[in-house]
Amino acid sequence: MIEIIETGPFNTVQDLGRPGYRNIGVTAGGAMDPLALQIANVLVGNADSLAAVEVQTFPFKLRFLGPSVFAVAGVDGCPLLNGRELLPWCANLANEGDVLELSAPPRLARAYIAVAGGVDVPVLMGSRSTALRGNFGGVEGRPLQKNDRLSIGTQVNHLPLPASGLAVIQPSQAMADVFEPIVDGVLQIRAIPAGEHHLFADDAEAFWSQIWRISSRSDRTGYRLSGDPIKPTEVVEMRSHGVVPGVVQVPPGGEPIIQMSDANTAGGYPKIAGVIEADLWRLGQARAGGKIRFVRSSHEEARRIEQTVARYVEDIRQTVPMVKRALNALT
Amino acid sequence: MMIATSSILTTQALQVQPAKGQARVSFIGSRSILLEAPGEFDLAAQRWIWALSQIAGAWSDVAEVIPGMTNLLTILKETPESPEAVVDRLLNAWDNASSVDLVGKTVEISVHYGGEYATDLAALCDFSGLSDREVVRIHHEATYRVFALGSAPGFGYLHGLDARIYMPRKTVPSIKMERGCVTIGGMQTGVAMLTGPNGWNSIGYADLQMFDPSAATPALLAPGDTVRFVPARIEL
Repeated sequence: MIEIIETGPFNTVQDLGRPGYRNIGVTAGGAMDPLALQIANVLVGNADSLAAVEVQTFPFKLRFLGPSVFAVAGVDGCPLLNGRELLPWCANLANEGDVLELSAPPRLARAYIAVAGGVDVPVLMGSRSTALRGNFGGVEGRPLQKNDRLSIGTQVNHLPLPASGLAVIQPSQAMADVFEPIVDGVLQIRAIPAGEHHLFADDAEAFWSQIWRISSRSDRTGYRLSGDPIKPTEVVEMRSHGVVPGVVQVPPGGEPIIQMSDANTAGGYPKIAGVIEADLWRLGQARAGGKIRFVRSSHEEARRIEQTVARYVEDIRQTVPMVKRALNALT
Repeated sequence: MMIATSSILTTQALQVQPAKGQARVSFIGSRSILLEAPGEFDLAAQRWIWALSQIAGAWSDVAEVIPGMTNLLTILKETPESPEAVVDRLLNAWDNASSVDLVGKTVEISVHYGGEYATDLAALCDFSGLSDREVVRIHHEATYRVFALGSAPGFGYLHGLDARIYMPRKTVPSIKMERGCVTIGGMQTGVAMLTGPNGWNSIGYADLQMFDPSAATPALLAPGDTVRFVPARIEL
């Protein structure tokens, strides 16, 4: 069991979400950076689908109420265990009573704390994710609060963690050839033109060329962008249709909205572009005030990046148990 | 950008199809495809969408299908090697889809028309030139079909609103509309499922549990269902 000692608003229990219910209006939800969640789970020996704590408001502190293997992934900056700095993207052992503390990360947005066995809240509609729209899932359908106690599942067939811990090379470094580093604070996000792109005529070029700022009115549902407004040449009355995270819609004001993990399941604003799925985790690590530029992508490129990410995760999935076995054999 | 249109059937010339028209197809991201039916916002178009939804939903490379209002979003499991081939397959399925009429249940929703939740009834009277009594009568005398669910958990988009009480969505949404408000948005009507910002126009209130995440069937409404609004009280 773990106990929340200190938390900001909007920190929640998340797993990989509940896709498959958008046809009844239920957003897929799930981690804003699903890649970090997956890696954190692999590090502690969990199945990918287990739930973790998503921290997006800091500082955050929890106490382990029993010995636990845990990993923190996603953000830059180092977590503290009883005041001692740990490597990020690293599995460690906590003893009963140990306190894990996360302070505001230098640049990135969201940390995932995975614990061996997974955060065990009831599964609703195939997922443990907290759905803040609809208030169900996670802990009573709400963000975590001070003094919440979360049960941890039992891990079967686990391999003991080496005393030194176990770290991975984080995705942005391991896959630097396909994920361009952030230069001058501008994150490049690849997208494919969507259904109403042509309606924006010259303003479409302004969409691709300008640097947009993520406004403070942004959350897990979506990021509102600020910049020079873009307008379609004609106003079209669209019928409501399904949307997915990554869709870039342009409401009448002309400042785009990118739907994120808790995306509305339906929409009717003109769509200028759709972020490629393989870049959504980077967007999930961007924070309010951050700058982004959209880069035109293609299906071919999206597929290549998707495969690179899948290989990275698979490599770690294969390597972690091997390293654990090897190190345990040495001791 | 990928905007494709439906090709003309040549190999199945004997198969008589009602005039379906050319569908519009576009991508959202690299693995979601939106197909929009041409023509009127009507039951005929929606029946083809329901049919297409059943066909595409059974394809092995499809993760999810989401029927909308005379359109269908198909989410693939991964980015396709040949997006053109998937678009062709979808358009062929659209061309060949027979009309499906979903046999649904009938749901009667008890409504308190007017009163404190009917925040936009006066505006609707102004817009339509009808009295509040007429607006309410026209709304509850119609029979509606659930075309699709979306936007909020369990929210049903209802078709069948009488054109005399169409009312555009508000340009400035209500900041906090209560769950249960009976609303009109353009040519659609529905019952608000979440308390929060809402651009539709409220004319009454229904106290009905329409979504339960722990139930085997979480949403009360399903596409194809028939809905009738029954006035429990009219407070004007």
